[in-house]
Amino acid sequence: MTEHAAITCRSLVKRYDDVVAVDGLDLDVRAGECFGLLGPNGAGKTTTVEILQGILTPDAGRVEVLGCTWNTHARALRERLGTQLQETRFPERLTVLETVRLFRSFYRQGMPPGQALQIVELEEKRSAWVRNLSGGQRQRLALAVALVSEPELLFLDEPTAGLDPQSRRQLWDVVTDLRAAGRTVMLTTHYMEEAERLCDRVAVVDHGKVIALGTPRELIASLGAEHVVEFAADGETLSDAELRAVPGVTEVRVEQGTVRLTVSQPHAAVPALLARLTERGAALTQLATHHATLEDVFLHLTGRSLRDG
Amino acid sequence: MADSRGSGLLQLTLWRLRDLWREPEAIFWVFAFPILLALALGVAFKNRGPQALSIAVQQGPGADSLVDALSAGGRLRAVPLDSVEAYERLRSGRVALIVIPGNPVALQYDSTRDESRLARLETDAALQGAAGRHDVLWLRDALLTERGSRYIDFLIPGLLGLNIMGTGMWGIGFGIVRVRQGKLLRRLHASPMRRSDFLLAQALARLVFLVLEVGVMLAFGALAFEVPIRGSLVLLSTVVLVGALAFSGLGLLVASRAQTIEGVSGLMNFVMVPMWVVSGVFFSWSHFPDAIHPVIRALPLTALNDGLRAVLLDGAGVGAVAGFLGIMMAWAVAAFLLAVKLFRWT
Repeated sequence: MTEHAAITCRSLVKRYDDVVAVDGLDLDVRAGECFGLLGPNGAGKTTTVEILQGILTPDAGRVEVLGCTWNTHARALRERLGTQLQETRFPERLTVLETVRLFRSFYRQGMPPGQALQIVELEEKRSAWVRNLSGGQRQRLALAVALVSEPELLFLDEPTAGLDPQSRRQLWDVVTDLRAAGRTVMLTTHYMEEAERLCDRVAVVDHGKVIALGTPRELIASLGAEHVVEFAADGETLSDAELRAVPGVTEVRVEQGTVRLTVSQPHAAVPALLARLTERGAALTQLATHHATLEDVFLHLTGRSLRDG
Repeated sequence: MADSRGSGLLQLTLWRLRDLWREPEAIFWVFAFPILLALALGVAFKNRGPQALSIAVQQGPGADSLVDALSAGGRLRAVPLDSVEAYERLRSGRVALIVIPGNPVALQYDSTRDESRLARLETDAALQGAAGRHDVLWLRDALLTERGSRYIDFLIPGLLGLNIMGTGMWGIGFGIVRVRQGKLLRRLHASPMRRSDFLLAQALARLVFLVLEVGVMLAFGALAFEVPIRGSLVLLSTVVLVGALAFSGLGLLVASRAQTIEGVSGLMNFVMVPMWVVSGVFFSWSHFPDAIHPVIRALPLTALNDGLRAVLLDGAGVGAVAGFLGIMMAWAVAAFLLAVKLFRWT
């Protein structure tokens, strides 16, 4: 363990009745990085971050946050962490500024509440009641509340869940700025695009375990090819073996009539594929190619898509 | 740092106050509702002097002279009716008694009804007088219509007690469960907020409202019905404060684990409804069998109501209410300790 570790946890286990939510999870988060926990709903991400924040007690395993443990330094640790939890409903009849001021009052140090609102661009709503805020504004308020104590380590649990694309991008900008300012951020998400955009490193979590770890680029590179070709066709198509024989194809997966090929060189693979389909007399109903994403990594690792859970 | 601690408590208290103040429904239930209730009951039970009792005289030979004799004193209102109608009115409580002409005259009534027994005495006196009886003993009536002994005087302290219980339990219980349900309690738990500040702020915000609601209620009683305030205001405030603490503790206790508003509502009704009935809000608890009196007197609302009546109506001193204060304090301490032990932040 180096002095640069913001979070270290080993063999973390948390059970609810007969469900194992976290099943021997290991993590190392470095100071100053933005670390993402990526996985479908129910993978154990929220349980993990709630344990790291001292809200839940693990059944087994060791947790160290900013060099301290929850058993010995709970209060001091809470002073140093900033938190945005999932689905927190702030008091409906407080104004935005009153809410931030309320939370600011719990900490010994921090920034003026107005400054936190400035960072999340919620200043013009400072006198509005929380009940009158949109979903995106509420999430930004949650972020302002998390930031007001100037935390050394910031936890964001699904910060953009349920938001429209514009609100999501607005929140991404805020997090990008925080990262640029050198703050350590740990975020959970089931949006692969979010993890790719914001995170220095990503741990892919499934069934309470880390199944892959690395920078988004490394994880995508682990697929062995950087592009994905998807197609569907009517009539007789090509067999698995025939598809693998197409130049540049490294992996084949068939899902509900749609064929997904992982390819290294789409400019070579696509013409060859089309030629063979025409030869066979199959009529193409769908064809798409894209750069491989973390979504494809998850699909590759688990055989399931992130959204399916 | 002392100042940041103090400001946490202050901000939490302000939050609870704003929450209440900015909710028009809460203002209605806390201030307007008890007053409307007192007004309605006060008008319904307003003392209007002794009322003539309604009785029936069954039609038949001699009925008319009976009606005249019975109505003469002005204490009975006798109505001639046929036997079916008379019986129907007796059964439904619209007349207290039926006089059946004959020799002897028969009196039909339900001896378990106070009103009927009274009508029986008045009827007897009227008929005996008309038949020429002379009283051998003369009794002088010394009538009393003093403030402090009317029904409204009994009622106002009862409603005050009811209000202190209701707002204490609903205010704190609902407040906490709503915060837990919105996962805000979890978020607060993740901050370095002092747990004791949070609980204390609930009670402090309640106290601010308490001063207002008790003041409004007493002023209303004094102005609208001339309900007296005979004891010292300091002692009255002490009784109110200790009562409010007991119900804040109970509110905290019922909310310590409940996850939903429905859940906590059920628990609250379980705690409060029996006390509405037995603790002497609308009628004295002495109507219940002697055997359960010790149980009733140990309830916090009974102690609060009795304490309020003692101070307001009897002008009682510290010695007379010490027992009530002790009972309420015991409830407050026990409920707080248990609530803190059981309390769940998630």
